[in-house]
Amino acid sequence: MAFYVVQFLTGLASAASLFLVASGLSIIFGVTRIVNFAHGAFYMIGAYIAFTLTERFSGAFGFWGGVLVAALAVALIGVLVEMVLLRRIYHAPELFQLLGTFGLTLMVEDLVVLIWGPDDLVGRRAPGFKGAVDFFGQNIPSYDLFLIALGPVVLGILWLLFQRTRWGVLVRAATQDRDMVAALGVNQKWLFTSVFAVGVFLAALGGALQIPRDAVHHAMDLRIIVEVFVVVVIGGLGSIIGAFVAAVLVSELNAFGILIFPKISIILVFLVMAVVLIVRPWGLFGKPEAPARKTPGLTVNPWRPLTSNERLAALAALVIAATLPLFAGNYALTVGSEIAIFVIFAVSLHFLMSVGGLASFGHAAYFGLGAYGVAFLAKMAGLPMIVCLLLGPLLGCMGAAVFGFFAVQLSGVYFAMLTLAFAQIVWSIAFQWVSVTGGDNGILSIWPEKWAASPSHFYWLALGVAALVTIALRIAVFSPFGYALRATRDSVLRSEAVGINAKRIQWTAFVIAGTTAGIGGALFAYLKGSVFPDNLGISLSVDALVMVLLGGVETVSGGVIGAIVYKALNIWLVSQTDLSKLVLGGFIVLIVVVFPKGIVGMLELLAQRRRKSSPPGSSLLAKPIESTE
Amino acid sequence: MKLTVQDLNSHYGPAHILFDIGFEVGEGEVVALLGRNGAGKSTTFRSIVGLVAQRTGRIMFEGKDVSACPTHEIVREGLGYVPEERRIFTDLTVEENLEVGRQPKRPNAPYWTREKLFTLFPNLGEMKGRPGGRMSGGEQQMLTIARTLMGNPSLVLLDEPSEGLSPKIVEQMVDAILTMKKEGVSIVVSEQNLHFARLISDRAYIIERGRICFGGTMAELDARPDIRDAHLSL
Repeated sequence: MAFYVVQFLTGLASAASLFLVASGLSIIFGVTRIVNFAHGAFYMIGAYIAFTLTERFSGAFGFWGGVLVAALAVALIGVLVEMVLLRRIYHAPELFQLLGTFGLTLMVEDLVVLIWGPDDLVGRRAPGFKGAVDFFGQNIPSYDLFLIALGPVVLGILWLLFQRTRWGVLVRAATQDRDMVAALGVNQKWLFTSVFAVGVFLAALGGALQIPRDAVHHAMDLRIIVEVFVVVVIGGLGSIIGAFVAAVLVSELNAFGILIFPKISIILVFLVMAVVLIVRPWGLFGKPEAPARKTPGLTVNPWRPLTSNERLAALAALVIAATLPLFAGNYALTVGSEIAIFVIFAVSLHFLMSVGGLASFGHAAYFGLGAYGVAFLAKMAGLPMIVCLLLGPLLGCMGAAVFGFFAVQLSGVYFAMLTLAFAQIVWSIAFQWVSVTGGDNGILSIWPEKWAASPSHFYWLALGVAALVTIALRIAVFSPFGYALRATRDSVLRSEAVGINAKRIQWTAFVIAGTTAGIGGALFAYLKGSVFPDNLGISLSVDALVMVLLGGVETVSGGVIGAIVYKALNIWLVSQTDLSKLVLGGFIVLIVVVFPKGIVGMLELLAQRRRKSSPPGSSLLAKPIESTE
Repeated sequence: MKLTVQDLNSHYGPAHILFDIGFEVGEGEVVALLGRNGAGKSTTFRSIVGLVAQRTGRIMFEGKDVSACPTHEIVREGLGYVPEERRIFTDLTVEENLEVGRQPKRPNAPYWTREKLFTLFPNLGEMKGRPGGRMSGGEQQMLTIARTLMGNPSLVLLDEPSEGLSPKIVEQMVDAILTMKKEGVSIVVSEQNLHFARLISDRAYIIERGRICFGGTMAELDARPDIRDAHLSL
């Protein structure tokens, strides 16, 4: 019995840090609508700076002062980030801020290694809380007791801050209607900056307080950010009490999951999150969001099929790409194949995001399922390659059909989080079901047959499939189905009012996107000759998101360009520098600031300007932008 | 002149909404902006306070050109805005809603305290702690006006204050607006309801398809039934 109580208390102690970080994320999202991916990075910097300060300055004052100063210093960094980066992109397309903060995270990961080195750093114990308390023969670290008490205290302080101060009232008002707050004379800029500072302070404090419990290392950002997303979604975005309850829930699930369900301990929290989202999509303490009031005039540039000239240009580009084997070596061809495969992957997500308005955070699940599908068919059933390539993606299709059915019941951030949860579940199955999937060792030696084995042949295969997939999806965009899907994206209510079954249309789109991703995964399995759980992992899902956003969500061909640029740059950077993450992150941040509409969006804007400037003085109505000369 | 709008043009994306809008409001005047649904009344107001991103033209408020200022600075100059859809903060209580609107005292404008506003809108005084979401439409409309008055504006843009309200509440609204006028607040009120406008306004402009097509006193408008019928009646 005593053992369980201790386990429970350990869970509560872990919850404290988690709550601090999650409440910060929740507050920032509530007001700025930014899903701050860099929140984990701020948590990590908080831990590193606190480590340095507490090592340098001794005594109780040195420790507690160091923790506090570290959190304040990181809050200051947060202010800088908000003013330099985020302020420029508040009006960018949804999720673009996610890309910017993701770029920051990449940069921070390399920077902390540069500054503090790659090794784990073990910090010193907290003065006054070095010992342990005896509880019926079980030891409870007294620092844990301190953390257990800290959680509710912080909750209370935050509650007072939001309920009892003018700042809190303004923040709560801005959470609901930002424009109206500005129309009452409140300077949103500083309100946003201060909210961001408070949120980052909480994240950094959470990190700094971890040092007596855990070693500081350069991967702690990703580990916490996923957990924090889960907490915030279960608790309800924007709800601080929700963040508290969910942090306790998640920590206890982690503490007891290992004891009770060791086999599925990793996915337990994701299962709970999926159930919560399906039953109460807005989280335990959140409020259902009113259908978003869309700012008119966001899609200035209506889509159209390519003109015949543009078709010729696209064809020419494809032909040029097809001549690569004539002059390039094997390495370049393998890279080319990989890029082609990622074009398929990115195009499929782009279809879901830009046409369907559904931003999946777990799209790699279907890519990876396609890869595993091929692996099962080739290794276990021993089927020929063509058959495997045709049937393998069906596993992605089935996964998308099952998960998509639940996911499309939600929208926006909640949709994104549920897809993330599903992807994590699939990943954990691949990771833990060793007898079938080989677990972490993956499934090896899945090589293409002779006809596709040479790098040039495989390259042509990948390129051909990528071209076909892109064309097929483009046709879908301009088909009646595509128009219906775009209608549900623009307004679910209105599209249902004209007789469109919105959920079914979205579900279909989800399955199409998942199957297409599966095709990419199937080819990927043959390219690499192996399948690993990482092929379904979060980082691959994030890669896909970055590619789409980089190319431009509000465009039709953003996925293709984004995949080529991102993947090529990524592969090249890794071969050129040890600081590839720093450079890549910097590049992403730069793109976000300079071209907030993505690469293709920027090109379209330039083309428009040229077209618009030619007939001077014509009014906009007389000459619609989409008209072609 | 309290407020002078010149050559105001606004766009939503590629759509041109307002065409060379121009009008004036004198010190202490109540001016009606009349027009049918979709004529451009709300867009005019939103453009004046800077909530429409794509707009050109000159907006002079108390002799200062505010057309380049961000929304909150325009409002802080003393130009209050009461939006059409009420847009109260439903999670916040009545008192908290008022707190969001609070701005420092201004030398050239009447000073409103909570107590004074609760005398103007007695209903609000009886539900200080109630969340905005649990109020009737009329009470919400009063709250939006009171909230804007907490900023001590010298001029208020009132967007369709009578819309969707019961006749009894409309009467209270007329009283409230006349009290505001008596205190010295200049008011621009947009309306479809000519009867309501006549009760409170000194002058009127008519807007149709984004253009001003009439400007004059209420008496001048009454003398031109042709204009009234062409642009206002349903």
